[in-house]
Amino acid sequence: MGAQVYDVIVIGAGSVGLPTAVSLAEAGLSTLVVDQFAGPGQGSNKAAIGGIRATHSAPAKIHLCLESLRLFSSWQALHGDNIEWFQGGYVFVAYREQEEKALKELLQVQQRHGLNIRWLDRDELLDLVPAIARDGLRGGTYSPEDGSASPLLSSAAFYRRAVELGVRFRFRERVTAIVKRRGGVVGVRTDKGGYATETVVNAAGAWARPIAQSAGLDTPVAPDSHEAGITEPVARFFGPMLVDIRPTPGARNYYFYQHGPGGIVFCITPDPPVVGTDRRETSSYLPMIATRMVGLMPKLANVKVRRTWRGLYPMTPDGSPVLGWSKQVEGYVHAEGMCGQGFMLGPGVGATLSRLIRGVETETDRAILRELAPDREFGGEEALK
Amino acid sequence: MADHRILEHPILPVPEARPVPFSWQGQPFEAREGETIASALFANGVRTFGHHHKDGAPQGIFCANGQCAQCTVIADGLPVKACMAPVRPGMAVEPLDGLPVLPDVEGHPHTHPIETVEVECLIVGGGPAGLSAAIELGKAGVRTLIVDDKHRLGGKLVLQTHKFFGSIEACHAGTRGIDIATRLEQEVRGFEHVRIWLNSTVLAVFSDRRVGVLREGQYFIVRPDVLLVAAGAREKSLVFPGNTLPGVYGAGAFQTLVNRDLVRPAERLFVIGGGNVGLIAAYHALQAGIAVVGLCEALSECGGYKVHKDKLARMGVPIYTSHTIVRAEGDGEVSGVVIAQIDRNWKVVPGTEKCFECDTILVAVGLDPVNEFLEKAREFGLPAVAAGDAEEIAEASAAMFTGRIRGLEVARSLGRDVGEVPPEWHRTAEVLKSRPGMTITEDLPATREGVFPVFHCSQEIPCNPCTSICPNHSIVITGDEVMGLPEFVGEACDGCEKCVAICPGLAVTLVDYRKSADHPTVVIPYEFSARSIKQGDVVTVLDSEGAVLGNLEVTRVRAPRDADRALLVRVVAPADIAPRIAGIRVQEPWEPARPETTGQPIEDHEIVCRCERVTARELRELIRAGVRDMNHLKAITRCGMGACGGKTCPSLIKRLFREEGVPAEEVTDLTRRPLFMEVPLGAFAGVVQGEAPIKDVPRRHATDVHEGGM
Repeated sequence: MGAQVYDVIVIGAGSVGLPTAVSLAEAGLSTLVVDQFAGPGQGSNKAAIGGIRATHSAPAKIHLCLESLRLFSSWQALHGDNIEWFQGGYVFVAYREQEEKALKELLQVQQRHGLNIRWLDRDELLDLVPAIARDGLRGGTYSPEDGSASPLLSSAAFYRRAVELGVRFRFRERVTAIVKRRGGVVGVRTDKGGYATETVVNAAGAWARPIAQSAGLDTPVAPDSHEAGITEPVARFFGPMLVDIRPTPGARNYYFYQHGPGGIVFCITPDPPVVGTDRRETSSYLPMIATRMVGLMPKLANVKVRRTWRGLYPMTPDGSPVLGWSKQVEGYVHAEGMCGQGFMLGPGVGATLSRLIRGVETETDRAILRELAPDREFGGEEALK
Repeated sequence: MADHRILEHPILPVPEARPVPFSWQGQPFEAREGETIASALFANGVRTFGHHHKDGAPQGIFCANGQCAQCTVIADGLPVKACMAPVRPGMAVEPLDGLPVLPDVEGHPHTHPIETVEVECLIVGGGPAGLSAAIELGKAGVRTLIVDDKHRLGGKLVLQTHKFFGSIEACHAGTRGIDIATRLEQEVRGFEHVRIWLNSTVLAVFSDRRVGVLREGQYFIVRPDVLLVAAGAREKSLVFPGNTLPGVYGAGAFQTLVNRDLVRPAERLFVIGGGNVGLIAAYHALQAGIAVVGLCEALSECGGYKVHKDKLARMGVPIYTSHTIVRAEGDGEVSGVVIAQIDRNWKVVPGTEKCFECDTILVAVGLDPVNEFLEKAREFGLPAVAAGDAEEIAEASAAMFTGRIRGLEVARSLGRDVGEVPPEWHRTAEVLKSRPGMTITEDLPATREGVFPVFHCSQEIPCNPCTSICPNHSIVITGDEVMGLPEFVGEACDGCEKCVAICPGLAVTLVDYRKSADHPTVVIPYEFSARSIKQGDVVTVLDSEGAVLGNLEVTRVRAPRDADRALLVRVVAPADIAPRIAGIRVQEPWEPARPETTGQPIEDHEIVCRCERVTARELRELIRAGVRDMNHLKAITRCGMGACGGKTCPSLIKRLFREEGVPAEEVTDLTRRPLFMEVPLGAFAGVVQGEAPIKDVPRRHATDVHEGGM
């Protein structure tokens, strides 16, 4: 083991690990980040499509993402990097009575939490997104304060900032075990060596479970894979992320938006889930999502698809992250199971964990951590995650 | 209006084609039926097709092969690749300035389920390797599908107006590439189990071992038992200031415009690279009536065949070895090039800059195999083999032969009783792939009697048709029967001129002293327009490397059938120079000027990723800051994320790492993702091209796009 004892070691230089390292270093903690890949954001971060919203229904996620939104939206002004933050809002569309009913019920919950979200009737929605299919359109929810940023540019910016703050990075190095003594963390062992610390944050995303197991913990995280794509850039013609929750054979929902440079970024939620860590492209994805997108927005038939990819969602049984100090292993911090929302949760999670590790957590933080506690009962599932 | 079409060509027929009216920026233009938008624009003198949305840089043709998107224009409201989309009557074509506006569509497009097609062997690419493989598979009765992205089979053969090297029996040596394409196509079309999809592109090999193919705008899933990748090669690119100006493009793109589409995209051409591709492209330019002001090669010798180089030198093209391009010059389009000598460390020697006025710079600095389908198939466990350039860069003659071998091997792997591949096939394939061998000093005959051929062929290359064609078997190659150098043995020469006629290198002359020992006749091969030379003309004759020997009168011009469109020109020459005469000058040599400014290159204009306009400086700074993962470079700069699908810049980025002293093993390569080519989303929903008709063609495009997110 090296001579230096780090205040914190973060495992994973991804959507969660990078902003966590930034928050820790900003607070003056000496931090090391270890990642198995060759550079920042090379796990699932680069596969994220970039949507950022606070309009969830679980209070913990609402609060974490509100903090994320503040950090994303102010990043360029504070630090200079253009991360393509764009406040286009989110729209969940309704073409059938059942979706209208479900969305309106959820809307009440979201409004109760103080979120800026409202119902748009058919004409209001057509004004906002004129290209959307008119037949059968009933309306939809609209949350104008949500938005998007580039996961690639964000991770590059977080990395740049972390390095500036003195965070050390070890890439192409895989953590093989968390080393404990007398029930507490004393370091991590990797395939290339080892590092000393009394606090370790497991932010290894889809690869988090074996690392947790090496500490004797078994966080219930199981990755499944989703496929996404992007088109050529075109002049902007709509602002919000469009989410269509009508299930069809093979898929629960799908969503797309136009990102900063102009491309349409799209993703579908497979049903049943494709469990495992396979990130290789399949032939079934494009025909499945293309049919639905052209159905929702006919003019997309003429936009050219540039690239597709697959990314991993580290899922928990209830669809919410696992966050906070381990009760069994002293010094072990869970930052696992982001359920495909690591990019939008990351900065909020990082800031919260930084306060937690320093013992300066707020009342809101405590509520979040209670809700996402590692030893909670993993029952139920959040509506429309 | 200027017409930049080729109206006369020594080799290629110039067919009558119906005029097709279209408009460019509202002005009436004329295309020819079947012409691509790019060629029609070039024919009308337009070579700037738009301006990049990031920095407003002018955009023109680059690959002319459907691989990048630099030539994108707006045709009837939709962005299309000008090099692939044919002009339709009345089409309104506009430059793509900034980002395109996605037009609204009429009603709701019809979607259809995607059809799955099962075949035993899917061949990607109907060029020399793919067709040769298909012939063997066809003979064996294997259910085969050839997918090719062009409107006719033959691949790059259809651009090759010169006669092929190699041997007659192995690869049709002595026959022109264009004619070999026709022969192979006819043979392939005779097999009932071989299906052919033209205008079809393979988009991806998926992990479920299915292959996505876009056929005439319609998407299919193909399930092959074996994938045979014969997708050829792509041209390497080069980083220098001005490297993306319209007028800088690849030699292959140039050949497509000139030899396929019969347009004259340039008046004055400079070629970077002395491999066979560059040498042949320069020769094709001359045949098309385009002046070649020079060619430079970084190595101390041209890497291509010496006969090709000599042929150019004899035509008056100055060849600068140990020289590299310093920059392209021009405001908006190329107007000149600066080259300079380089030292052993590849550094420019100050004071050696030379400047040429030219409107076009061809980059011919080598080829890379198109092997991504092979790699994906192997990763996903789909049995796959490669043939031709996709396997290993070599001559088309070798591609034909390796295609045959792979075809037979695939047939055998599919259980057909085709026997083993004969061992001599492997040997022939290796010989055809040979790099040029030893070069000897020309050994000219001293005899001043009788009649005999003189071989201006002093470098070992795999080529021997002269030995096969001689009716008296008086031409032999000792030792290696393909690679060796030909020699005239014995007395028996009838003066039939067949060896002069067939030589692909135009490197055989016939000297005849029978009528006069002091003033023999010399027969010289000549592949330019018959109208450019006639009996009684005085021509400048040159030795094999282009040195002037004198001015002589032409006493006869004939076009025998076996010379296949080449002319055999006879002159009477003084005996002391007769055996040395190797060619006739067709253009006066160009004298370079010293550049007016010898300023340092402006690195900002050295573009590495042309799709996303990423400069060498940006990337170098990141590399110097410690970035070692090309995916990290991509995340920050978007290099490799553009329309070409990361086909162009990865090798340039790797070169930057090398130049910055980073060992290759420290560098993580870009992750390759589908699609191979951009395709409308509707295709994947089964919307057939044209089934999403657009409303109101927008005339104006977004130009204010530098802000990204609006």
